[in-house]
Amino acid sequence: MPLSTERLPDAYRQMLIIRKFEETIRDLFLQGKIRGSFHPCIGQEATAVGGCWPLRQDDFISCTYRGHGQALAKGLNPRTAMAEMLGRETGCCKGKGGSMHFTDMENGLLVANAIVAAGIPHAAGVALASQMQGTGQVAAAFFGDGAVNQGVFHETLNLATVWKLPIVFVCENNLYSEMTPYKETTSVHSLSERAASYGMHTVHIDGNDVELMYSTMEEAVQRARDGDGPVFIEAMTYRLLGHMMGDPEVYRTKDEVAEARENEPILRLGRRLLGLGYTEAQLDSLEAEAAAAIADALQFAQSSPEPAAEEAFTDVFASYSRG
Amino acid sequence: MPELTYSQAINQALFEEMRADQRVYVMGEDIGLYGGVFRVTQGLLAEFGPERVRDTAISEAGFVGLAIGTAMMGMRPVVELMFMDFALVAADQIINQAAKMRYMSGGQVSVPIVIRSQQGGGRGNGAQHSQSFESWFAQVPGLKVLAPATPKDAKGLLKSAIRDGNPVVFIEHKLLYNTKGEVPEEDYTIPIGKAEVKRDGRDITIVSYSRTLLFALEAAEILAEHGIEAEVIDLRTIEPLDMDTVLESVRGTARLLVVHEAHANCGMGAEIITRVYEQEPDALVVPARRLGARHVPIPVAEPLENAVLPQPADIVKAVEEMM
Repeated sequence: MPLSTERLPDAYRQMLIIRKFEETIRDLFLQGKIRGSFHPCIGQEATAVGGCWPLRQDDFISCTYRGHGQALAKGLNPRTAMAEMLGRETGCCKGKGGSMHFTDMENGLLVANAIVAAGIPHAAGVALASQMQGTGQVAAAFFGDGAVNQGVFHETLNLATVWKLPIVFVCENNLYSEMTPYKETTSVHSLSERAASYGMHTVHIDGNDVELMYSTMEEAVQRARDGDGPVFIEAMTYRLLGHMMGDPEVYRTKDEVAEARENEPILRLGRRLLGLGYTEAQLDSLEAEAAAAIADALQFAQSSPEPAAEEAFTDVFASYSRG
Repeated sequence: MPELTYSQAINQALFEEMRADQRVYVMGEDIGLYGGVFRVTQGLLAEFGPERVRDTAISEAGFVGLAIGTAMMGMRPVVELMFMDFALVAADQIINQAAKMRYMSGGQVSVPIVIRSQQGGGRGNGAQHSQSFESWFAQVPGLKVLAPATPKDAKGLLKSAIRDGNPVVFIEHKLLYNTKGEVPEEDYTIPIGKAEVKRDGRDITIVSYSRTLLFALEAAEILAEHGIEAEVIDLRTIEPLDMDTVLESVRGTARLLVVHEAHANCGMGAEIITRVYEQEPDALVVPARRLGARHVPIPVAEPLENAVLPQPADIVKAVEEMM
């Protein structure tokens, strides 16, 4: 069942939560408060919300270092996400993972990955376990256009098709593999066509239309859950900021970015809501709710303690007794 | 007590663990229908079926990654890499992924995966089919590394590895598969992290593991004819190292020789000797030594290979020089 119009305001709010989370991190980064690197997903909120909302809580996803949108849409609490960004002990990974490794196993978020494409076989493994254990779970792997050129992507698509795994492969094609236009380094520009060569069902859509993203994902998830094998979704999108903080973006023009900004997914959903009869005041109210959620998360994170140094030496191994 | 070959002992361990725990399954190239190129997995497919005995494509990164995904969902994969040299194809999944997922997630996930493979030269298999990587793996926090030398230790350690609940690299040796030894009939395990004194002696401590452990025992017999009684310690576990057993022996003999087939440069010998100097600086009456492969890729022709890999005669010579 597609995203009902009654839920569109919720989607709008959720997309704004992601947007404001990323904007807050960007600001903190520029103030020198974030360690390591940060890879904003600003502009890719529709693929995140539309891609994750059709999943059950116990369906699992793998995502990338640009995966804060997926993580939040899948159910990660903005408080623990923000605390993780600020390296606090209350962070979702106790401050050990940071921006690129958000994890929330209760909400079906596998350890996010800093190695391009490396999380794709993990999602396939979840799908394999689901098949072996008969749990009915579906897995989704989220990755970008760059991942489609990694060997392990191909290895996984092959095995997933051969074993008819219940998995949806979601490629967010934002046109740039890091700092290089993907068309310059990819032999076949239609990534869904490349995936189709493995014998799976593929779809190619405008990923910045959150309703279309949702209905496409929902159909794909149902297919997978019904045992019809993997689906590949190529969802076109665009990232409004650089690959990471500090990226001078020499590989694209300011005009191109400005044009993309005029048609970015939150604006589009806003226009859609106005067209359905919602008012600007209602949209502002939803935005205020999102802002409040992020302000709360920031307050929580900033008032959380840093982890004790001894904590660096825990969580390497699990202790088990037979059973 | 019955006598089994090393490969039969491992085969038995797999049968027993798969019967006892439905979550345990095996995966690898040619392991099902063919029974494994070294016959270690023969018979498993007939008893457990293709769901739990999976022949994969030649996709080490892909299937190790899939196994990791299943492990995060509670399955217990025992993945075979046909030759340890191929671990490099899956290196990202073993080292960046399996070893680190628990830590990066702040303890939210565990990865109960066993990666079995075989190392070593001595058969003219060439530079890409003869290597020994245990010290590389030992240097990665989050991996346990095992290298049994006897059928009894192989069976008992593999059972421990499968039950451990953490990423374990289980190292066999291609020239150990047909060696024979007594294996207890009752259910038993060998603890991870515990070395064993395989031969008592008072004149020198020889520490080794895997195939060169047998060379050390051979050398010890020759040395005994010359009145030198060597104490031979079989590490069995490479990481975590059992230094207590090594130090206790060295306190008695005051001489230490470490022998391994892996290249001497940056090998386990360097690590063990350094720890002895750190923890018992005054124990040794002569400088400790280590023997390992010479620093060239491993050649094929017999006289060349024998010149590169440590032989029993090299051990005898080194010990005599140290007396």
